[in-house]
Amino acid sequence: MSTSPFRPGQRVRVKALFPPGHCRTPHYTRGKCGRILDLLDIEPDPQERAYGRPGLPPIPVWRVVFAQRELWPDYRGPAHDELVVGIFESWLEPVEDDP
Amino acid sequence: MNGPLDHDHDHEHGEPHRHPPRPDLEDGPYTWHMALTDAVADLLLAKGLITADELRRTVEEIDAKSPALGARLVARAWVDPAFKARLLADVNAAAAELGIDAGGIPIRAIECGPGEHHVIVCTLCSCYPRLLLGPPPDWYKARAYRSRVVREPRAVLAEFGLELPADVRVVVHDSTAELRFMVLPRRPEGTEGWDEERLASLVTRDCLIGVAVPRVPEG
Repeated sequence: MSTSPFRPGQRVRVKALFPPGHCRTPHYTRGKCGRILDLLDIEPDPQERAYGRPGLPPIPVWRVVFAQRELWPDYRGPAHDELVVGIFESWLEPVEDDP
Repeated sequence: MNGPLDHDHDHEHGEPHRHPPRPDLEDGPYTWHMALTDAVADLLLAKGLITADELRRTVEEIDAKSPALGARLVARAWVDPAFKARLLADVNAAAAELGIDAGGIPIRAIECGPGEHHVIVCTLCSCYPRLLLGPPPDWYKARAYRSRVVREPRAVLAEFGLELPADVRVVVHDSTAELRFMVLPRRPEGTEGWDEERLASLVTRDCLIGVAVPRVPEG
C-alpha cells in the first residue's frame, strides 16, 4: 500500500470516536495506542456495508498490537502480555511522540 | 446402576417418577432470521437455482467439518517445515493440498513460539473457522468468554486448566475483519518419531483456539 500513510512498526492511536450504528472497532481499543504489526486485509467499509451500501473503495485493515497494560491500566499479568486486533485504517491516526 | 442407561441416578422401578418434558425444536420462537433463511431457501428451490438434494448435501458437508481437519494441518506442519511455511502463508491453500476444502473465507494460522502463547476470540460476534474446524463450542460464543479473555486472559486460561508461567507472553487475537484465525500450537516434547496420525490425535479443538495446549498422555 504505497498510498497508505501507515506501515508496519509504526505507532498509532485508535480514534476515540463513538459513531452510531455498526462498526468493527472494539470499544476497549478506542483512544488507545499500539503498534502496527502488518496489513491483514483490504475490505469494503463495514460501516457502509451494514446498511446495504457497497462500502467502496475498500479500506486497509491493519493488525495492531497493544500492550495489555495500555488497554487495561489495572491489568494484572506481566508487562509483555499483548493483544492483537484488526483495525480499519479510517480509525487509525499516527502517534508522533514516539517514547 | 439400577435404572436405564440415560439416567444418572438410581431409583426403584415402578416408583412414580417424572422428568420435565424436553422441548421440541418448534417450541422455541420462530425468529426473523429463521423466517428469512426459510424464505430464501424456498425461493432458491422454487426458481430451480438449486435442488433440495444440493441444499441437503451442503448442510451435511458443513456439519461434517470437525477439528480433526485442523489437527491434520497442524500435524503435517510439525513434520514438514516447508508445509508449515505454506500453512502460515495461506491456510486455505495448504488445506487444499491435503484435500481439505476450508471454504472461501481466508483463514490465518497464528504460530505459538517457545516464549509465546496465542489465544483467539471474536469479541464483536463469534467469528470462527467453521469450514475448517466445524461449529464453535457454546462457550466461544458466550459473552463471558468474549468479554473476559481480552480483559484477563490468564485467569480465563487457568479456568480451562492452562496455567502459563509469567515468562511466557500471552497474546490475545481479537477477530474483527473478514478473516478467521486458528492457532498453530507447539509440538509437545516426547513426540519424536511419531507419525502424523498419532501427532494429530494430540491436537484438539481447544488447542486450535488456544485455550489448551497439546499434551502427551501420561503412562
